[in-house]
Amino acid sequence: MSEQTVAPVLERSIENELVTRFPECVSLDTRKGYSGVLVKPENLIEVATALRDDLGYDYLVSVTGTDYLPEGMMETVYHIYKATGGPGLVFKAQFPRDHAVVPSLVPVFPGADLQERETWDLLGIRFEGHPDLRRILLWEGFEGHPLRKDWREPFFEEEAKPFKSRWPEGHIQRAEDKNPFSNNVAYPPDFDPDSWVEDKDSMLYESLKRSIKQQGSDIQTDIVMVNMGPQHPSTHGVFRMVVALSGETIVSLKPVMGYLHRNHEKIAERNTYLQIMPYTDRLDYLSSMSNNFGYALAVEKLTGARPPERAEYLRVIMAEFTRICNHLFAIGSLLNDLGAYFTPILYAIEERELILDVFEAVAGSRMMCNYFRFGGVARDLPEGILEQIRKIAFDRLPPKIDELDLYLTNNEIIRSRTEGVGVLTPEQAIAYSAAGPVLRASGVPYDIRRADPYSIYDRFDFDVVVHYHGDAYDRYLVRIEEMRQSVRIIQQAVKDLPGGPIQEGKPQYQVRVPAGEAYGRVEGPKGELGFYVVANGKPNPWRYHVRAPSFINLTPYELMCVGNKVADTVAILGSIDIVLGEVDR
Amino acid sequence: MDGMGIVKGMGVTLRRFLGTFVDDLKWLGKRYYTEEGVARRRSTDTRGIFTVQYPEEKLPVPEEFRYVPFLVYEEGQDGEKKPRCTSCGICAKVCPPQCIWIERTVNPNTGRPVPEPKAFYIDIDICMNCGFCAEFCPFDAIKMDHDYELSVYDRHQKDIYDLVHLLKPVSYYATIRPKNYALEEAAWAKAAHKPMD
Repeated sequence: MSEQTVAPVLERSIENELVTRFPECVSLDTRKGYSGVLVKPENLIEVATALRDDLGYDYLVSVTGTDYLPEGMMETVYHIYKATGGPGLVFKAQFPRDHAVVPSLVPVFPGADLQERETWDLLGIRFEGHPDLRRILLWEGFEGHPLRKDWREPFFEEEAKPFKSRWPEGHIQRAEDKNPFSNNVAYPPDFDPDSWVEDKDSMLYESLKRSIKQQGSDIQTDIVMVNMGPQHPSTHGVFRMVVALSGETIVSLKPVMGYLHRNHEKIAERNTYLQIMPYTDRLDYLSSMSNNFGYALAVEKLTGARPPERAEYLRVIMAEFTRICNHLFAIGSLLNDLGAYFTPILYAIEERELILDVFEAVAGSRMMCNYFRFGGVARDLPEGILEQIRKIAFDRLPPKIDELDLYLTNNEIIRSRTEGVGVLTPEQAIAYSAAGPVLRASGVPYDIRRADPYSIYDRFDFDVVVHYHGDAYDRYLVRIEEMRQSVRIIQQAVKDLPGGPIQEGKPQYQVRVPAGEAYGRVEGPKGELGFYVVANGKPNPWRYHVRAPSFINLTPYELMCVGNKVADTVAILGSIDIVLGEVDR
Repeated sequence: MDGMGIVKGMGVTLRRFLGTFVDDLKWLGKRYYTEEGVARRRSTDTRGIFTVQYPEEKLPVPEEFRYVPFLVYEEGQDGEKKPRCTSCGICAKVCPPQCIWIERTVNPNTGRPVPEPKAFYIDIDICMNCGFCAEFCPFDAIKMDHDYELSVYDRHQKDIYDLVHLLKPVSYYATIRPKNYALEEAAWAKAAHKPMD
């Protein structure tokens, strides 16, 4: 309780401190419903450096932008925290839409790299000084920047759902007729798709060559470029990495993504607040309950809804089950990638299967749960399910996790494949905005459930798992131990589960969200999952951004890989644990 | 690095391997292709092999399981189908992928809307099975089905469900979701009772 009352005071003071320190270029964001400070774009680097070096805000978790079309202005939004824990700070830089240029923060926070590329790609904000500002989710020939508010898809129907054509005179139009294949793409004006010759990714290879040159080897050797993916079984989907090899050693590596891109954020900005909920399931489709959790928290910050006690406990139980599912799958597929074939993953999936049965009985679906609502959850536990949850949490999972531990942890082949591979030091992990198990395996005990508690996590007794080598093996160990901690949390939650309602007020499909901004963050299984929502009082959000942990954890991927052998890319990628639905969004 | 880790790990696989046969012997002849066998394999005490031989064996779905929606109709005395739907349009408005199209019936004489749908379409290729339509329908007229075997050869022609395809009797709803059905009936009865108090 004391934390909750102290927190706003602290947050206020850091903002005031910034204003007094930089009176010329920093001002408080006084718009209604907004918080944080506004920084003049030209002073961004100066302020960010001061935040990092003097004020202890060294962990830049999220970089994004917002297009304020009516005001003719855009802004970049940065969420920054202390790696030692505590509440964070949001700072923004504003600039006119027709001259969208800000200095890049990559020199200060290398973790901004992929996120700034994403912001450039989707919003058309140019980051000056970025070492490699290419499109990242869309292809190079894409017309326009889709998250700008004046951009419209070729099959544009209406600015916001619900579409008027559906009711009361709903004349059905088949999706194929409305959006015919080959006619659903807009090309730049001077672009003819028939005479187009693929440019062989010249920009990508240029960027690879640049980073090879930077390493400045004085011995001239032939560098071999190897394309792994997008159809490579080890990449868990359609993920591609272009690896520059000297012999078998990795000299440089560039991740290429976006093959599964659907512009989740644009879809969400067309949807009403509630309609976004099932779409969040499809981000990281292995842990949909956590995704629901983060989004519900962000909107609840805006509406001020407070879920009843029982709903909070149910949320925690489901979120922790999701973490166990995800870690089981992550470990299983890491072993698959290492060549253990299907035995470990099937052992892992067996336990996951039992948990998914619970999800199915409670939420109605095994993976696309869509279980959280603003101010509660969708439905109460059906009869008999609590008993099943108890059995799983008390009798089934603890021995099975031990068995998995016994089965894999001391296996010499696994250890020799993963120990010392893909090392990330604590300093690098923080600077590169790594999150979740990747961060904690590098010796940084940062877990949002402890560092900046949300929901009712401050009531439970659990340890923040931390390991210190920062290699692939430690990431595996963190996951095993985190499953045990999740089981502990579930056991406590089940014991204390109170009765009562599961939803604040009546369930409603049109949620009134007052204007303002909110950033809801949860410790997802893969790391910090954040939802940045800007509301303008309308039924659909003005801006909706997902801080996707799988995506941002790929920022230090090159760093982890360089110097290792090409076969290690697979082990390292498996130990980061990505889901392409979330990477590409 | 003396190989003991691998040996211990192989011990785990061996135990699992033998566990299947132990369970097979215990459940002689009943572990496969029977209802209790399937229930055993998905229970929390399962051991050994736990896969289910679909389509010969099928996992029973829980009551809350949701697949594409259907419309509930009341059975009239002479087999007449009276849809509960009043074509209020809430399901079409709340649908996230906007896959529901409803045409409202209009009385040709007065020009005023009549509370029943003239046409009702759901494009099940687009439906994301989120269950919002059923959750927010004030008349309990649209519900999520349990039938998940929907594959057809010609999805362009067959995957847009119209009223004929969507309407299912209340009795069917009562069989797939008995608890929800009982709760809703009780709530309706209570609501109908109220004005008389």
